[in-house]
Amino acid sequence: MDLLDKFDSIIELRKSLPFEKADPFTVVMEKVLSQTKAVIDGRETVLAGTNNYMGMTFNENALNAAKQAIDDFGTGTTGSRVLNGTYSSHKELESVLADFYNMDHCMVFSTGYQANLGMISTLAGKDDYIIIDADSHASIYDGCALGNAQIVRFKHNDLDSLEKRLKRLPEDAGKLVVVEGIYSMIGDTAPLKEMLEISKKYGCTTLVDEAHSMGFCGPNGRGIMEIEGVEHLTDFVVGTFSKSVGTVGGFCTSNHPKMDILRSACRPYIFTASLPPSVIASAIAAIQTIKAEPWRAEKLWENAHALHKGLLDAGFDMATEKAESPIIAVKLDDILMATRFWETLLNNGVYVNMAIPPATPSGINLMRVSISAVHSSEEIQEIVNAFVKTARDLQMQL
Amino acid sequence: MTNEEIRTKIYELITPLNKKGISLKPETTFASDLELDSLTVMDLVADIEDEFDILLPINKLPELETIQQVADAVEEDLG
Repeated sequence: MDLLDKFDSIIELRKSLPFEKADPFTVVMEKVLSQTKAVIDGRETVLAGTNNYMGMTFNENALNAAKQAIDDFGTGTTGSRVLNGTYSSHKELESVLADFYNMDHCMVFSTGYQANLGMISTLAGKDDYIIIDADSHASIYDGCALGNAQIVRFKHNDLDSLEKRLKRLPEDAGKLVVVEGIYSMIGDTAPLKEMLEISKKYGCTTLVDEAHSMGFCGPNGRGIMEIEGVEHLTDFVVGTFSKSVGTVGGFCTSNHPKMDILRSACRPYIFTASLPPSVIASAIAAIQTIKAEPWRAEKLWENAHALHKGLLDAGFDMATEKAESPIIAVKLDDILMATRFWETLLNNGVYVNMAIPPATPSGINLMRVSISAVHSSEEIQEIVNAFVKTARDLQMQL
Repeated sequence: MTNEEIRTKIYELITPLNKKGISLKPETTFASDLELDSLTVMDLVADIEDEFDILLPINKLPELETIQQVADAVEEDLG
């Protein structure tokens, strides 16, 4: 028996999509011209799907710090944090992050995926319950699958659905509620205040994934929890370096006095190589730059509002009523239209993310744009124009 | 509530998702017969939880392939 036969339905689905020249699963950036432009299939293309929210991947401070770290410490640690992979810079970054989030403790992971995987699977044990939002990121679902806890799922952003489930749980059981500040596909925000208040009413520990909010949500860039004034109700905050910070890695920060014991219990922290010094150095420099340059957050929001308004005014069906984040998603009627739209948009010079069922929440078809603080106003207009031209090319009614 | 009454309620909840009009029986499977994807099954489970005011943790889903198996799990939870 061929073990890969079980993937035949996915192979058939991919084959059934009418891409002609390019498809989202195989797109290659042949040359990166800047943080907002790359060469794809020989054409100069506006990058509008990178998650490089604060424009940090080519930030001079981050580049210089990474280069210096390579000279000083080499290309990698070749070891785990708990064996031979902790350098002084790892501790420095943890201190910088704890300070950024005004928390006492921080653990840095090798990816954001591993941060969720590790925290969720380690915090909740055999007789505990984890309560998650239905639209949770794959890393949250996988964190649940890696552990032994009972997993309870509530309807996306639905306070009534959350409370109904919390009511049904044993009063004295260990309970971990996991929610995200901003949900990655549609870019909608969670009603965190109410969610965390309900969670605390039922004696739950809370973990908030702020992967898509760092640096531009809240006066200090601490995310939706800061905007909603509920940092005191947030026991653990998970985040990533692969979006606003512009590199790779993840972290969890907390005020819990026993947080550090997780370094000895969390398998995705213990059994993996630590981040290379160059990545750590660029992350420290990027976080310091984000703090020192508030114009980035201002420009990002300006871009988000301009893009949302431009697409809404043009007649597109937007996934959110207003710009709730730098993720601006357009809904399309069906998979075939989404497929044609994505490819035509790429041919018209703009790269976005195509998200289709079953990966999308509620089974909708999305053209997902994630913009950056370093997109110029002209580029935002260019993106809108390309969407409009694409709709016209496809004779789509707006 | 009897197992049959539970099944009847589950049939009602499945009906809007039964696009191909498959005849619903205790042995009907969610994935093969009804061709429901995993997300739709999880949404259905949420509706079943609310209907009976119970919890069906999603770790149990791999064991709940047929309508009968779900009805048994509901009956067990209702005690």
